[in-house]
Amino acid sequence: MQTRRWRSASLLTMVTLAMMGCRGSGDAGGDKGDKNGEKKAEGPQITTISWWDTSDSTNEAPKFKDLIQKFQAKYPNIKVDYQNIPFEQARDKFKTAAQANTAPDVMRAEVGWTAEFASLRFLAPLEGTPAADGVADYLPAPLASNKFGGKLFGVPQVTDVLALLYNKALLEKAGVKEAPTTMAELKTAALAVKAKAGADGLYLNPGGYFLLPFIYGAGGDLVNADEKKITVNTPEAVKGLEVALDLIKSGAAAKPDLNSGYNQMQAGFKDGKIAMVINGPWSVADDFSGKAFADKNNLGIAPVPAGSTGKAGSPMGGHNYVVYAGSKNLTASYQFIQFMNSAENQAYLAKELGLLPTRSSAYQLPDTAANPVVPKFRAVIDKAVVRPTIPQAGQLLIPLDQQYPRAISGDKAPQAALDTVATDYKQILKDWK
Amino acid sequence: MAGRVRRSWDKHKYAWGMVIPVVLVLGVLVGYPLYRGVYLSFTDANEQNVAATIGALQVPDSFSFVGLRNYVDVLFGPNTKFWSVLGRTVVWTISCVFFHYTIGLGLAVLLNRQLRGRSVYRVLLILPWAVPTFVSSFAWKLILARDNGIVNHVLGNLGLGTFDWLGNDTLAFLSVIAINIWVGVPFNMVALLGGLQAIPAELYEAAEVDGASPWQRFWHITFPGLRTVSATIILLGVIWSFNLFAIIFLVTRGGPGDATQILVTYAFSAAFEGIRDYAVAATYGILILCVLVGYALVYRRALRSSGEVW
Repeated sequence: MQTRRWRSASLLTMVTLAMMGCRGSGDAGGDKGDKNGEKKAEGPQITTISWWDTSDSTNEAPKFKDLIQKFQAKYPNIKVDYQNIPFEQARDKFKTAAQANTAPDVMRAEVGWTAEFASLRFLAPLEGTPAADGVADYLPAPLASNKFGGKLFGVPQVTDVLALLYNKALLEKAGVKEAPTTMAELKTAALAVKAKAGADGLYLNPGGYFLLPFIYGAGGDLVNADEKKITVNTPEAVKGLEVALDLIKSGAAAKPDLNSGYNQMQAGFKDGKIAMVINGPWSVADDFSGKAFADKNNLGIAPVPAGSTGKAGSPMGGHNYVVYAGSKNLTASYQFIQFMNSAENQAYLAKELGLLPTRSSAYQLPDTAANPVVPKFRAVIDKAVVRPTIPQAGQLLIPLDQQYPRAISGDKAPQAALDTVATDYKQILKDWK
Repeated sequence: MAGRVRRSWDKHKYAWGMVIPVVLVLGVLVGYPLYRGVYLSFTDANEQNVAATIGALQVPDSFSFVGLRNYVDVLFGPNTKFWSVLGRTVVWTISCVFFHYTIGLGLAVLLNRQLRGRSVYRVLLILPWAVPTFVSSFAWKLILARDNGIVNHVLGNLGLGTFDWLGNDTLAFLSVIAINIWVGVPFNMVALLGGLQAIPAELYEAAEVDGASPWQRFWHITFPGLRTVSATIILLGVIWSFNLFAIIFLVTRGGPGDATQILVTYAFSAAFEGIRDYAVAATYGILILCVLVGYALVYRRALRSSGEVW
């Protein structure tokens, strides 16, 4: 009896050890991806590819699903498993999945993530594949974020740029004829709205990305990638931050909620309680769902006001299609991207959602021109500031996200706040000056 | 030595058989990761240079041994925040444990008597502990929100002005401490209630006959009677609070700035927000372990010298 028990105990141990010991050895088999986009053998062989989309699940996702329907009609033997992943979690989630070989075949990667994923060897190079079809047609700035180490690792799905969005009726009520074009005009206009229209003139989202127009406008930048220099605490950048803080202190901009600023900004803007916000084209579909913009013509779009340099600087954002290097269905993934990113389909998204196409030919199509928003953004894109494509690009905004609110709350002086960001950058960019 | 082992083996074969699986499983579950953590803290391993198998591509490990560099960087590097965060962690731990214990004790004493609806009170008081952490964290986030939170709504209506509970450095730190106290009190209360019920009633009767006041009875019977339970829950409380990740991460993400970072959340953001730096994460892990092991040793010694048996 005793020996038998003892045996079962040790057997249990063995089994446990065996279970822990078997490390998932990634299955390296599968389709190596045919360079010529060769047609699969006829027959009921269904390939399933998964796509992680990070678009807004209420407003944007349905239109992407429409495109998937069209894709499946055209390629009946490829099934697309669509998953919408919240944008904030997507970067981390993809990296974890990619390490474990469970990543989706196709991913929608933010422009700041693409170089990072590529540097971690997670992405398949796309040059010469169907996914890179008509690569010359892409706008140069959005395409640039897909290049890493001289190779092409993605194609730009959509581009975006921050702009000044305003409620025409409220500005009219306050006697403001034209959208402000400089920071000084912005302040005057916002104060006028506050005094005469019974609404807040402006709301600044306290996120680092939304501070960039102020820093660029004053002639500053976060880093200088060519010289490997950290420039976030230069006098120019500090001046930019001070302009933003002055708007809040003077009452021109409402005191932002430091914990859920973006949502408060959108809620107030949609309700007609805020006259102006700085936001991107992705928010337009959301704006139109609010009562203030039941009449779509009430939404005005203008470039971000220029700073002291006389130039308006707005960061280029957007998303790229990338393919996971460990995908077992490379060919199908390339075909999927080729389809999704055709000029017609980009124009469809532009018409439906106001998303900005990345193909210059898509801007010529009537669908794009029909959208009330997209053509207005077109002028802004060409002047957008392209952020450096370094693997750490995605990290640069985090310290800024942390310190901008502290400068707003008065816990830190502007210079001290940006000095803190600079010391954080030294941890991220180890050998930079 | 070998002879002793053999004798012990012959004599207690069955006991050894029962112990070995536990030792092996713990070795696999605790020992190996611990060894691996220590090892990684002496290297420069990060996401870019660890082994990976991505599809057909197999990349071997390419990180190298760097000796004590990580420790020097974390402890004495030019931009290190280790000491300020450690200081904050100590403040956080002491304040959480102090209030957990005192409030828990107060509630336990209140509930340790015959009163109508006692079981209802107990259930209600256990609730904060029973609710999943993320639910209570988000609930508190909404309650404390600056613009639409109920706390500010009430204060505003009372004419006391509103506060930016989660947006100001000091207030945010006080808020997360308060939330953690709210979550942790029930456990302490239940544990102490168990301790209270183990104190013989005769002691109280005798004290009453001798004319001891309620206060004297508390200090001379209740408090000493709870010594064993208290020692355990304070030790646990310190270790748990020191390593409490979820509440801070979910409520403030360590913000505004770094105002509410404690060591575990700070280590997470330092190591996992960008290109994941496994070496730095391991270094923080080992340092936190050292702090807690040191504390536990001192604590045990202090208890021993005051006559507790451990």
